[in-house]
This record gives sequence, structure tokens and C-alpha cells, in this order.
Amino acid sequence: MSDEPDNDLTNEDDLVAADTAVETIPEPDPNAVAITLNGREIVARKGETIIAAADREGEYIPRFCYHPRMSSVGMCRQCMVEVDTGRGPMLQPSCMITVLPEMKVETNTPMAKRAQEGILELLLINHPLDCPVCDKGGECPLQDQTLSHGPGESRFVEEKRHYEKPIALSEHVLLDRERCILCDRCTRFADEVAGDKLIQFIERGNATQVSTFPDEPFSSYFSGNTVQICPVGALTAKPYRFKARPWDLEQVESTCTSCSVGCRISVHSSRDELLRFQGVDTGADSDSVNWGWMCDRGRFNFESIEAGHRLGVPLVRSEAGLVDTSWNSALELARQLIDGASSIGLLGGARGTNEGAFAWAQLADAVGIAHRDAQLGDGLSAELLGVPRATINQAAAANTVILVGPDLKEELPVLYLRLRDAAVHGHTKIIEFSSQSTGITRYAWRSIRHAPGLGPVEIAKTLADPTIAAQIASGDVVLVAGRSNMAVSEATALAAVQAVLSAVPNATVLPALRRGNVVGALQLGLAPVDVDHDALATLRLAAAGHLDLLVLLGADPINDCPDADLARRAIAGARHVISIDTLPSESTQQADLVFPAAAFAEQRGTTTNLEGRVSRLNQKVTVHGTARPDWMIASELASVLGHDLGFTSIDDVTAAIAATVPAYASATPTAIDSADGVLAVNTGGGLPSVEATEAQPSGYDYRLVVSRKLYDRAVSTTMSPSLAKLPIGAGAHLHPADHDRVGEPDGAEVRLVSASGSVVLPLVSDDTVQRGTIWAPFNQAGADITDIVDSSTAVTDVRIERLT
Amino acid sequence: MSRLNDSNVALAREIIARYPKQKSALIPLVHLSQQQNGYVTEEAMRHIAELINVTPAEVYGTASFYEMFRFEPTGKYLINMCGTLSCALLGAKQLLHHAEHTLGIKAGSTTPDGLITLQHAECQAACTEAPTLQVNYRHRFRVTPADFDQLVDDLRAGKLDNEIPPHGTLGRNRQQIPADRAVGAQHPDDVTSGPAWIEIVPAGGE
Repeated sequence: MSDEPDNDLTNEDDLVAADTAVETIPEPDPNAVAITLNGREIVARKGETIIAAADREGEYIPRFCYHPRMSSVGMCRQCMVEVDTGRGPMLQPSCMITVLPEMKVETNTPMAKRAQEGILELLLINHPLDCPVCDKGGECPLQDQTLSHGPGESRFVEEKRHYEKPIALSEHVLLDRERCILCDRCTRFADEVAGDKLIQFIERGNATQVSTFPDEPFSSYFSGNTVQICPVGALTAKPYRFKARPWDLEQVESTCTSCSVGCRISVHSSRDELLRFQGVDTGADSDSVNWGWMCDRGRFNFESIEAGHRLGVPLVRSEAGLVDTSWNSALELARQLIDGASSIGLLGGARGTNEGAFAWAQLADAVGIAHRDAQLGDGLSAELLGVPRATINQAAAANTVILVGPDLKEELPVLYLRLRDAAVHGHTKIIEFSSQSTGITRYAWRSIRHAPGLGPVEIAKTLADPTIAAQIASGDVVLVAGRSNMAVSEATALAAVQAVLSAVPNATVLPALRRGNVVGALQLGLAPVDVDHDALATLRLAAAGHLDLLVLLGADPINDCPDADLARRAIAGARHVISIDTLPSESTQQADLVFPAAAFAEQRGTTTNLEGRVSRLNQKVTVHGTARPDWMIASELASVLGHDLGFTSIDDVTAAIAATVPAYASATPTAIDSADGVLAVNTGGGLPSVEATEAQPSGYDYRLVVSRKLYDRAVSTTMSPSLAKLPIGAGAHLHPADHDRVGEPDGAEVRLVSASGSVVLPLVSDDTVQRGTIWAPFNQAGADITDIVDSSTAVTDVRIERLT
Repeated sequence: MSRLNDSNVALAREIIARYPKQKSALIPLVHLSQQQNGYVTEEAMRHIAELINVTPAEVYGTASFYEMFRFEPTGKYLINMCGTLSCALLGAKQLLHHAEHTLGIKAGSTTPDGLITLQHAECQAACTEAPTLQVNYRHRFRVTPADFDQLVDDLRAGKLDNEIPPHGTLGRNRQQIPADRAVGAQHPDDVTSGPAWIEIVPAGGE
């Protein structure tokens, strides 16, 4: 055979080989391990398990406990295969054995099959076989693998185990214990992935079962994932329980827009009703966003889309309040309002799609809207997006992550999971600057507490510390930058980010901005030109009575702006308000004209996540009522105003974005639909120079920290029955020592007084809060903490007055 | 108070300091709480979780594996009556019925005065001495109904106070390790060499 090749080729090879005689022999890949799988020679990777190698080669080994995103534990013994390492074939669990050179693996021998059948028969002994009434029936790994790898019948004739059905592990997750096969997936998830070790095996032995501590529910932000990875019907989610059979479900892939992480999800519906969302993992090598995980807010807030409170027809203000009207008369009225307005402000656009934001930006350009902002004074300047950007993968692989921003667990939960994983299982060291303990604090290498209103001098000093400086110098650095405290002005927050960037000039930035498509909206033309035209400037203008028309594109400033008082005065002060929204909010209630907009899963399009990754949004259900997508409303308004945006379909808009916005040039429909999406990053520019005013000591006792919790008064949360009960409610949280000093019991109401107002809130003792500060959750039911925040001051200082 | 009391907290801190990982002190601390309260209370488990920086669920998950930790109020004396083969053949069932009658409670419960908890148990490794029972894990052999009644009378009268301490009591002599005698707790992650008793042959050496 070696004589066969013709002479020309061999001669050429010889000529090359003559020069580089030794180097032509390729170096063996140090990470490659040659093994034999079912008689086939394959190349596995060093350190991986047999089951992982087999999966890549398309040889399916049955399994229950093995999950590629978690450590192997060998709980279920289902993945038994015959392994020969030179001592003859032996049965071994393939999830626990790492590949070795010259290993021979057989997955289908009579011995392996007998082991697999035996384990299945064992697992089914106490499994109730109530598949006809079980939610998992039809998509159940136990059911499927019993069919494909099981013995066919059971010898077990005795009474099966019975338990009280079901017990609630949390607000969302129910457990039917008799169905559980003790695979340890949910408990492992809680431990390894979420870090919320609130569920455990108890009474280990004959009566092993999954349980929480009595009266301490599994109140993890990630509890819904355990339902998704449960290989049997033991864990079910309340919103989906008994709602549909899997074979009646239709599904489509999409991207979650509950926050700007942009998790890949699949949207499931039946009979035109949204029923559940699940995380999508495109594979260990390719998934660069959420690894299949989701937070509970993203997973369950689809209920608000179906909740029956949706805006379905245009509304117009009359003497009887807001009354239904037709699209034609609403568009005509909007035309009059826009034509008659000499100054217009456009706020929002971060709720929806790239296409919606782009079309509205085009309309704003056409009619000359100078005041526009996709954020509501609660984020950071859009110039942050001009700094060289990092991806989530780069952040999770970086040597050092510096965090100057919000509590990621509360605002961008899946980014928190990724960074937690990097710190716990990877080599990333996290340096966190924060005014109080956050979700990531226990995983941070250094968590630096500072008083609210962190100054650049302090940051520079901290980063110059020899140990910290050595760590930063040891490799690449990613800065996760956002707004940690809404009682501190944006300029102060931006100055802190700038201080880090000037200390670490080669750092790349992952912007921790929160709203679903905020990055897309800012990159596609809804960013303010300067601070004199941003959201707060617009609201101030309106409050002063100098704004003729305020257009709210899915924005609810009254609840979302850190200066609620200003927002209220602005909406009252603007001569006219047009609101485009999916659900009624406090702001839509005060509008003169309301257009109903299509919600998530009711429209196709694209979205941009915080990395700049453009990915696909797909429609799954029919639009509610006569609601329309944002881009269509913009396009129609443009045409009644005499401008033609040139869009007749969503694909026109997607194409126009690719054609006109340089960063989106490669964001063509085919590229977007690929597994990884397209990165659209518009670098250049950099941060504006901000004058940081060092916060001066004041006569007040406490400095205020206002930040978001995952569950707040956002309409998508309050209108989702599963989530509506979860917000913690308004309160003034104090360090226990400060709390003692006030001398009022926990829960007693006190008056917080700042230079700009006062508010009465219940006291909460909380050891995550730093001494000398008060932490108050943003946008919670109860008195509004933002009443005492003045957006024009650097920090907010308060004192506590007892009511009694 | 069912959290650990002040002297036990001090003791707990000493125990925790013996281990390279705080979590390793979990079981000794659960013992300590059972000694204090006679059983493992929820409050104590929460307190232990705080002390060793784990969740209460982890404490409960681990502790509930062990038969000798009890999670319900338990009498000063816990009587375990063997019902396994030898004892069963020699009248364990009748003895248990008799005991229930004498104490006026069903097996598995505690007398209203909180003195005695009666429960069925499996083999106590004294089959030649059947039927057997244990009072706070102290054996009583070849027990007749009359012996049982005498035992209960003696327990009630306090005659056995010297012999049988209350349920949950640990050894009278608590281990004391002076700091200069301690081996020194090394965190598993910091271990770079093999255990001292394994001779490590240097590469290329003899």
C-alpha cells in the first residue's frame, strides 16, 4: 500500500522533508487519548469521561444522573458499560471513568445490556408508573430509556412506596417523592451551579428523599432549572403542572429578553397559549451564553403575557378617562400631537426588539426628536458601549474580573451563574467594589466595601495595593461595569468606572446594563447625544413644562426612574404623553394616547445582549388583540406623518439594520440564526470625561444605597401570578448594630429624611448592609424610597426619625 | 433555649478550630446540641449552620442519616427494645406490649412527664442474652416483664443516676488538645506532599 502513491507526490514530499527532516512527524496532541469504542477507534480528550466521549461520537449510553454541566457522581448506575483496560472487560459506570490510552469500551454487549436492564428494573421498583397523569410523560428520560434500554417487564409484585403528594420545595417547585429516583441532579444543581444549598437528601438510607430544611423553602432564583433537569416527573413547576401534554406542545427557539444577558430559550405553547420556557444549551463547546440555565424571573414571567391584563386596543384620553379607539383615529391623533409639538422626548425602546428600536430611531430622526434615551437615568452612559467590549466567555475565562456595578445575582442572574462558575471551578479571581454584601461576595477574591459615592481616588488606591496590582498584572482583566446604587448620581458611578479603566487601561468591559435590549436600543440610535438630552434631562424639561410631547416606548418612568418624584412631575408637566406598551402601568394610566404593543413571543425579530450578541427572537403565539410590533407602529406613524421608512416586513428592518449600522453589518438573518448569534459591537469613542465630585460628609447619619432585587414591582413580575408574591417589599435595611442604635423593633416604621424629602418605611435588620448606610430595595410595594432621592446630587444622605 | 448556650458555643468554636474545614465539625456539633437539649432541635441546627457557615439544609441532610440523632423531643431515658430474631423468639413482642402497658404509651412516644421514651429497635448485638433492651444505649440483658417494671421504678426513683446519664450525654472526659500538641490542621487544598506514612520515591531514585 505504501508503494501505491505516484512518484511526483512522494518526490515533492521528499523535497520538503529533506529540509525539515525531523519536524514533519506531527507532534502528538497531548490532549488526545485514543480509545476503542464499540470496536471503533476514536480520539477522546484527556480527562473526559467515557460517557462524554461516547456522546460526541454519537454512541448513546443511557443515563439519569450524568449531566454535562455538572460533576459526575455515579448515583444512578444506569450508564454501566464494559471497560477493558488490559485486565479483561469489567462493568463500570461510564460517567465515573476517565478515558485512558488503549481503553476498550463496549456499550452494547450482552453483559452491559443486562446491567442496564437490571438497573432500570431496580429504579422502577418504587417508581409509580403513573405516566398517564404525570406531566413528564411523553418527554421523560425514565420512560424513554425504559423503552430503549429496559427489561420490558418487572418481577416486582409487592406494594410500592407511597408518599404525601406533592410537597412544595419552593413557591414554584413541587416534589412528588415517590417518582424520584435519587439521581442527585437537583441537589447537585443547587450546590454546584446555583450555590444555594437549600435542598438536600435527608434520612439517607432506605428512606432517602430530597427535602428542604423545615420552613426554609428552596427560594433560589434558579429553582426552575431543577424542574428542567429532573430526569423523571418528581419535580414539577407550578405554572406548568397539569397544563399540557408534551406531545401537544409546539416549541420554537428564542432569546429571553427579561434582562440583557440574552439567555437562549425554547418557548413552548399549546393551542396558542404560552405554557413554559426552557433554557437551551447548544453544547459544551459552542454555548457562550447561558449553558442551558435560566433564572426564575425569565422562566415564569411569560404568565404576564397571558395574564389577561394586556393592552389590546389603542386607548385615548377623554373626559371619561382612557377609552378604546381605533388604530386609524389613534394614528391620526398621534400625527396631530407630533405635528403640533415643537419639543418631543422619546424614552424607552429597551423592552423590545432591535427592529423596534431601530424603526423608532429612524422615525425620531425623521421628525427631529432631539431628546431620546433608552434608559431612565438608572443605567450608565451609552458611551460605555464604545469601550472595547468583552464577551461573557471572555469574562468567565479572564484572570481577573473587576466588578463595579450592580449585584449581578439580582439584576443579571445568569451572568452571576457564569461568573460564579468561573470563580469556583475556574481560575478567575473577582475583585468586587460594593457598598453592601452581594450575591457574588462569597465567591470574590477581594470584596471591597466602600461608602456610597465611591471616588476615583479610593479606587486607584485600592487597585495600587501590591497584592491586587500583582493579580491584575498577571493576566487579562474584564471590567463588569454598571450602576450599583441609584441613590448615587450617574456621573459619580461613571467616574468610578473611569477610574478603573485608567488604572487598568487594557481591561475590556462587559456592560452590566439591565433591560432586555438596552444595548441594542443604544447601539441602534436610541442613545442620547449628550447628558443634556438624556432621560433625566428630558424629564426635567417636561417637569418644567417645556416639553410638548413625551413618547414612552415601553417605558414606565414613574416606577423605573430612580427619581420618582421627577418622573411624576414630568408626566404631569408634559403637555401630551403617548405611551406604547404591552401592559398597563402607572405611566400608561396617565398618557393621553396609548398604543398596544406586541409582547415577547408575539413577534419575530432580533435582540442584542450585553455582549453585543445579536440573536433571534421568534414568534410563537398570535398577537394579543390588535396590538402591533413596535417597528410597525413606528412605520405607520411615519407614513401618516409623510415620511416613508421603507419597511413592509420585519425582515426589511433587519436588513436595513445590517445595511446601515456598521456594527451590525454581519448581522444577516442566516448569521443570526446560527447557534452562536453574531457579535455587533461598535467600539471607539470611549467614556466622556466626567467631573467626579467627591462626596462630602454631611450632618446626616446614614448614606443611602438603593438597588434592585430580582423581583420588584415591574409589571412583568406583578402580573405573573407565580412571581407576584416574591418581592420583599419596601423597607429600610440597617446593619444590626445600627438597628440596635435606633432602638426600634424590627418592622417598626421610621421616617427617613433626606435633603429632598422624607418617607416612612419599616426597619429591617440586615447583616449584609454596611454600618453607616441604609440599603433600600428599589421599586417595591410600599412607600417609595426614590421619593427622597434627588437625581441632581452626587449621593443621598439621610437621617432616621422615630415616629413615636 | 434550644440554640447552643454560651458555654457550648465556646466549646463549639474550639471544636471547629480543630478542623481545616469548618464543615468537618458538623457531626461533633450536632452531638453537642443533642447533649444540651436531649435531642437535635431545629433551632440548634440553624445555629450550627451559622457557626460552620453552611445551610441548615446541609446540617439536617447530614444529621438525619444517623440513627442516634433524634429530631423529636426525647425523654431523659431512651429505652430501645430489640425486636430482631433472637429477642423475638424469646418474647420481645410481649415484652414491648408489657412496656407499653406499664408506661401507658405506645412505642415511639414519650411519657407525659418527659422521663422515658420507648422505641422498638433492631439487633443490639447481644443475641445470647435475649431479650435485650438499652437505656440510653446501656444494655440490659435477659429482661423479664418484672425486670422492666423494676427498671422503670429505679429510673423514676433516680437510683440509676450514677449509672445512666441523661439521653444525649457525651463522654464525661472531653478531649483536650493543647495547642502545642495539635498536629495542625492543614486544608486539603494546601496539601502538596503525600501522607507521612507513604514513602515517596524521588523520580529517578533507587
